[in-house]
Amino acid sequence: MNNMKCDVVIIGGGPAGLAAAIAAKQEGAEKVLIVERDHALGGILQQCIHPGFGLTRFGEELTGPEYYSRFVDQANELGVEYMLGAMVLQVNNETNEVICTGSEYGLACIQAGSIVLAMGCRERTRAGIMVPGTRPSGLFTAGSAQRLVNRQNIMVGKKVVILGSGDIGMIMARRMSLEGAKVVMVVELMDYLAGLTRNRVQCLDDFGIPLKLSHTITRIEGDERVTGVWVAPVDENKKPIAEQAELVECDTVLFSVGLLPENELTRKAGIEINPVTNGPAVNQYMQTSSPSVFACGNVVHVNDLVDNVSAESAVAGKYAAMYAMGKLKDAQKNVPCVTGRNVRYLCPQSIDANQKDGKVTLYFRVLQPEQKVTLVARCGDEILAKHKEILVNPGEMNHLTIDTNMISGSDVTVEVVKEA
Amino acid sequence: MKKEIICTVCPRGCHINVEGEGEKILSMEGYGCKRGVTYATAEFTNPVRILTTLVKIDGVDGELLPVRSANPVPKEKLFDCMEIIRKTKVGVPLKMHDVIIKNICDTGVDIVATKAVK
Amino acid sequence: MLKTDVVVIGAGAVGCAVARELSKYAVDVIVVEKNDDVGGDASKSNSAIIHTGYDAAPGTLESQLVVAANPMYDEIVKDLDVPFSRIGAILPAITQEQFEKLPEIKEKAFRNHVYDIEYKSGEQLLEMEPNLNPEVKGGLWIPRESIIDPFIFVQAMAENACANGVRFLLNTKVTDIHTENGKIKSVVTTDETIETKYVINCAGLYCDEIAQMVGKAEYKVVARKGQFFILDKNTSCRVEHIVLPIPTKVTKGKLMCPTIHGNMLVGPTAEDQDSKTDKSTSAEGLASITADVTNLVPNVNVRDTITQYSGLRPNRNPEGLHFDIWDDLEGYVNLSGVRSTGLTLSVSMGKYVVEQMLYHGAGFKLKDHFIKERKGIVKFSECSLEEQDALIKENPLYANVVCRCETITEAEILEAIHRPLGARTVDAVKRRVRAGMGRCQAGFCGPKVIEILARELHCEPTDINKNIEGSYMVTGTTR
Repeated sequence: MNNMKCDVVIIGGGPAGLAAAIAAKQEGAEKVLIVERDHALGGILQQCIHPGFGLTRFGEELTGPEYYSRFVDQANELGVEYMLGAMVLQVNNETNEVICTGSEYGLACIQAGSIVLAMGCRERTRAGIMVPGTRPSGLFTAGSAQRLVNRQNIMVGKKVVILGSGDIGMIMARRMSLEGAKVVMVVELMDYLAGLTRNRVQCLDDFGIPLKLSHTITRIEGDERVTGVWVAPVDENKKPIAEQAELVECDTVLFSVGLLPENELTRKAGIEINPVTNGPAVNQYMQTSSPSVFACGNVVHVNDLVDNVSAESAVAGKYAAMYAMGKLKDAQKNVPCVTGRNVRYLCPQSIDANQKDGKVTLYFRVLQPEQKVTLVARCGDEILAKHKEILVNPGEMNHLTIDTNMISGSDVTVEVVKEA
Repeated sequence: MKKEIICTVCPRGCHINVEGEGEKILSMEGYGCKRGVTYATAEFTNPVRILTTLVKIDGVDGELLPVRSANPVPKEKLFDCMEIIRKTKVGVPLKMHDVIIKNICDTGVDIVATKAVK
Repeated sequence: MLKTDVVVIGAGAVGCAVARELSKYAVDVIVVEKNDDVGGDASKSNSAIIHTGYDAAPGTLESQLVVAANPMYDEIVKDLDVPFSRIGAILPAITQEQFEKLPEIKEKAFRNHVYDIEYKSGEQLLEMEPNLNPEVKGGLWIPRESIIDPFIFVQAMAENACANGVRFLLNTKVTDIHTENGKIKSVVTTDETIETKYVINCAGLYCDEIAQMVGKAEYKVVARKGQFFILDKNTSCRVEHIVLPIPTKVTKGKLMCPTIHGNMLVGPTAEDQDSKTDKSTSAEGLASITADVTNLVPNVNVRDTITQYSGLRPNRNPEGLHFDIWDDLEGYVNLSGVRSTGLTLSVSMGKYVVEQMLYHGAGFKLKDHFIKERKGIVKFSECSLEEQDALIKENPLYANVVCRCETITEAEILEAIHRPLGARTVDAVKRRVRAGMGRCQAGFCGPKVIEILARELHCEPTDINKNIEGSYMVTGTTR
């Protein structure tokens, strides 16, 4: 077995891992190593050839490859090291060892000062949402279809129905249309769009693709290749109205029905997982329940903007470097972050209030769409931060930045207050 | 001519109804702010889009080059542009933003690489 | 025209077991299978349990064969390198009415010569299985009920038969059987016609259609659909044993058990249907599984499902397992009514069929050199770090992890493709090495598996099927 040593080892070379690596290097960590299972850096952005990235961070609209290339260039300049085609099999948080394998390296054991988890997420599947019917070919998650079409030069089908109006689903509707496929419709269970309005306009409306809100696929047909799907409206309890189901012919179904943080390694290492986000619970340093292990990006909670991932991952990288160099003190007073009215989850889930180093950004998602609201972070009766929004919805992450010096009570609550 | 335009400037997504002839706008309603007016005017008179797609790399089968239009192109020319792009093959190496197709479909816009390939 | 001594129709569990048993003799055997892969239909979608036969109808052929089969597994899974575990089954009585039925079940088990069945108290059962319904009043413990990998089991028998000279014609359908003077003459297939002395009908769901070709269809096959859930390995509510319901007059009910690979299996339904091909799942069926199993294991979380599937058991009308030979049709052997116990009894059925043929004058002679053992594909994920290191040094493709969820390497996938009776489709790869069996259901490794299959089989990605003909995965190139 190959034995290696480094200060910070980062699992995953997508946008999260790259930003963490850069920040770790900038903080002064000497040897920063990214372990990436793909044969190139960039992660999922390699297949996201569409524009829409970087508006917050760079003030311009970049494609996925343009966005990650900037980080790869910077990582190269700073001397970040990486292993490609290397899959991590084990994280040992007691000994701070990462075991990985790759055809170029064989089996390798990396001893590190700290570990950053940046494995990203995976897609919920047809089976995950229990769509009944047959099990023919032609059923893809939107992301795996995107990989085939954009990275492997393989077209997946000719007549497509898409379930789920998330951004990946809509982006694929446009991709497939531009490549000559017929996208019959996009079906959405909820009565509102899951993704961005801009994608509805530019990916569906531009191509005359109907959007069926409050509908779902109730059954898959076809023994060999899929031949069609039954699409039915749903009632107020999201139950399909079977009598109104219609058979829609297609040879391909793309499922864009949600993303789940990929935490196999985290679980195996016995790190605490938050049941709502399905990612590791973290404090403001993006530090997990195992002090030498940090986490960032979609492995922690699923983001909608990569710009937020980059910002959050820079925090993880910075503190992972400090930990490796012995500069990060153990948490003294952990104050939990509590979800208040119309808040589904918060990240970070706790704040070390004793280390008075200023600003912490709390990212959160609402439970339900709501108009004309104020987002409030408070400690007891004291308001730590507030911000007005015309509209909040579960598909778009919100955030508030608070000052840790102002935390005096035993928790920090974030809530959505409806304007009078 | 009447057109309903969904504003994409902010998440509110106002439905703006525009009535006009040619490029001349006669009336507009449903917008929530000034930015909406600017957006709807542009969408009504000259809707443009950034085109992103892939180009065949000469001699390579399993990988394609991601490309974009350097600037937005008129919406109605997207499929014409795709026709040209589909027939294009490109040699490597390539640097980021190397021009792949100059002035595609007389739009004055270049198609450029969004990735460097060695 | 091919020539052989015996044609076995169907490469499911029974067909492969019969072929393997015959391969111990100096006799030429061809197995004809309509699918692209060995493994059958019913044999690959069931509850993957090796039964003891405690609940069979006493005195029947089915009882005799299941009871005889169970002890045979200790040796056969070792010889053939098949994942298998004797985890045992519990039969908890939740209601008083169910509790009162236990003596009857135990007595029946004894009549089936399953003597190791035991009573357990409610406390004992809860200690064995903490997620059981706390209202459990007591129940039965059947220690030799076991779980197996049904795919690998059938592949292993087929591979071993193949190693001993049996020929397999896959993607080949029997279209007719010719007889002459009351004797079997030849089998007509969609490929070649095979001249043969014997035909053994192991066609499961389609055994009535085969029997009809020789005018011996005295029964009909009724497909009984069973729908199942497979739950994620991480699901919070697990059981360690096979948890069986107490059967009612109407139904045998739905069970929960671990799979040999650590998932949870929940089901099945039992729905008779006319179609022999409709293997669809339904919202109602899946809901009924949840409702029933919740009675046994209240916290079972079907939301943790990673897949749902259904299988068709070939039930017989009139009912019952039948072995038939006829005086007026020399060389023809018919098996029918091989239903949910078919996987279990395949091994004893193999012996039984050959013994009966010998008894009726087949005159097969044992070979000198029968290869008894078969080695499975080494599972990288189950190796120690030292073993993994050694594997990679020997073959660097062991370092390429293709399926993330199950940690399946490129080396394993290549072996699945290139060993005898190798995988030709995406599902065949999955059934051999579990690539795509995990929680992402091939979202990540699917594209890679298509690429590897096309490369190794020297064809285009568009030629790669999911399973059967026509189930193409992709339609062309982007450019």
